[in-house]
Amino acid sequence: MLLIPCPYCGPRPELEFAYAGEAGIVRPANAAALDDDAWGAFLYQRSNPRGPHDERWRHLHGCARFFNARRDTVTDVFAATWKVGEAAP
Amino acid sequence: MGMQRFSGFALARQTLSGHAGWGRQWRSPEPKAAYDAVIIGGGGHGLATAFHLARDHGLRHIAVLEKAWVGGGNTGRNTTIIRSNYLFDASARLYDHAVKLWEQLSQTLNYNVMFSQRGVLMLAHNVHDVQSFKRHVHANRLNGVDNEWLSAEEAQEFCPPLRIDGGMRYPVLGAALQRRAGTARHDAVAWGYARAADALGVDIIENCAVTGIVRNTQGAVEAVETTRGRIATPKIGVVAAGNTSVVMGMAGVRMPLESYPLQALVSEPVKPVFPCVVMSNTIHAYISQSDKGELVIGAGTDAYISYSQRGALHISSHTLEAICELFPQFRRMRMLRNWGGIVDVTPDRSPIIAKTPVQGLYVNCGWGTGGFKATPGSGHLFAWTMAKDEPHEINAPFTIERFRDGRLIDEAAAAAVAH
Repeated sequence: MLLIPCPYCGPRPELEFAYAGEAGIVRPANAAALDDDAWGAFLYQRSNPRGPHDERWRHLHGCARFFNARRDTVTDVFAATWKVGEAAP
Repeated sequence: MGMQRFSGFALARQTLSGHAGWGRQWRSPEPKAAYDAVIIGGGGHGLATAFHLARDHGLRHIAVLEKAWVGGGNTGRNTTIIRSNYLFDASARLYDHAVKLWEQLSQTLNYNVMFSQRGVLMLAHNVHDVQSFKRHVHANRLNGVDNEWLSAEEAQEFCPPLRIDGGMRYPVLGAALQRRAGTARHDAVAWGYARAADALGVDIIENCAVTGIVRNTQGAVEAVETTRGRIATPKIGVVAAGNTSVVMGMAGVRMPLESYPLQALVSEPVKPVFPCVVMSNTIHAYISQSDKGELVIGAGTDAYISYSQRGALHISSHTLEAICELFPQFRRMRMLRNWGGIVDVTPDRSPIIAKTPVQGLYVNCGWGTGGFKATPGSGHLFAWTMAKDEPHEINAPFTIERFRDGRLIDEAAAAAVAH
C-alpha cells in the first residue's frame, strides 16, 4: 500500500485515496471543431510511461479534494504532489 | 527440422538410457542482421504468432525478441483460466476461436499443455448478477458458445466446497457454468510454442531488449535497434503486453492503453480438493487448483498505473477474505507466493489485434486481465494479419481505429469489473 502525501493533509495511506488518471488532459474548448482523430485522442490515448508520470489523485476519505502528483511508475515513489491550479514543480 | 518428437516410444527409449539423451528444446541463436519478420515479445502470444507465421504462411526468416526469458512475463504470471463466455458477438467469436484451438493444442505442438476442460463457474451474488449472467448465457448460446445457468444448489453439486447458505454478506444466488472452459499449464504453453516455432526455423532470441524502431523516409519500418545490435526487417509485430505503450512510442504511435499491476497467489500444495474453476467478479476472487496441488488464486488490479510487477497487499487480502467466505475450509491454508504482472488495459477492455498507422508495424495488445485464454487464437489471427497485411474476419473489429470511430466492443460495461 502506498503512502501518499496529500498537499492539504500530509501523508496518508492509499486506502483514503482514489486514483483519477493522467494529469493535464484538458477537454478541448471547442469540441465540435475537432476532427475524429483529435477527439479520439483526447478521449482515449494516454502516455502510460515507464518512469515519471504526472497524475491526479483525490483524497476521497480525507479532505475529498483533487490534487496532482508525480510518481515513478517503476518504483511507485512519489517525487512531488501539488495543488490543483499550481504549476508543476 | 531437428525436433525430437515426444511419444510413449521416445519416453521408453530414454528410460533405457537413463534419460541422458533429451536434447535442448530450442536453440539459442545469435541474432542475424536481417529477418522477414520480427516479433517483439517472447510470451505465449508472441511465440504463437511466430509459430503460425512459419507454419501457415511460409515465412522462414522470423525472429522473436525477448528482453528477458521466454514466458517470464504475463504468460508465467496468470491464473491459467480459459473460457469464452463473453457477451458481444465479436468477443464470443474471438475467444471461442481460441478455445477450439486449445482443444487440439497438445497434438498441434506435440507438447502436453495439460489443457483441462474442468468447467468455469461464475458466481452471481445479487439480482443484477443473476440478470446479467442469464443474459450472457442466452447471448453465448446464440453464438454457439456453451454456457448454462445453475441454481445455487446445482452450483454446489458441481463444486462441493462452495458455501451457499444465507449467512454470507454476498450470498450465492446461482452461477453460470461453461463446461468447455478450464485451465492449462501456462509454462508448457510458452515452451511448447517455443519448441514448435524453433523446429520451423524461428530464431528465439532471449535477453534481447528492443531499444528503438527505425523508420525509413516513407515512414515504413525498416529495422529494430536492440541491446544485441540492429536487426533489419520490413515487418514488426509488437506483442509486448504491459510494455506496449513504451515499445509503440519508439515508432511514434500513442496508444489507448494503461498498464496496471494484476496480482495472483498460490497456496501450499494439498491433495485434490477443488474440481473446477470458480470466479466471482462481484467480490473479486478467482480460484482453481493446479495439478501440483496449489490453490491458484487471482486478485484484482491495483488502482493506479504501474510497471512494478508487484501489487499492494490490501488487494490480495481483500481477495483472500472473499475466498475464505466462499470456501470456509480454506481458512487455515497458508499462501506460498504472490506476484504481479503488468496488464495493458484498453478503455473497452477488448484487445487490439491490428495494423497500425505505420506501414509494416502491427500490434497485438490490450488483453488486459484475461489474455492467457486467448493465446492460440491470438497467435493465429495476428500471424494472419501480419502475413496478409489485412485482418482475418474474426479480428477485423479489434482495430485501434475503433477508439476514433466509436465502435467500441464494450466488454468493460458488460462485465462491470476486471474479467
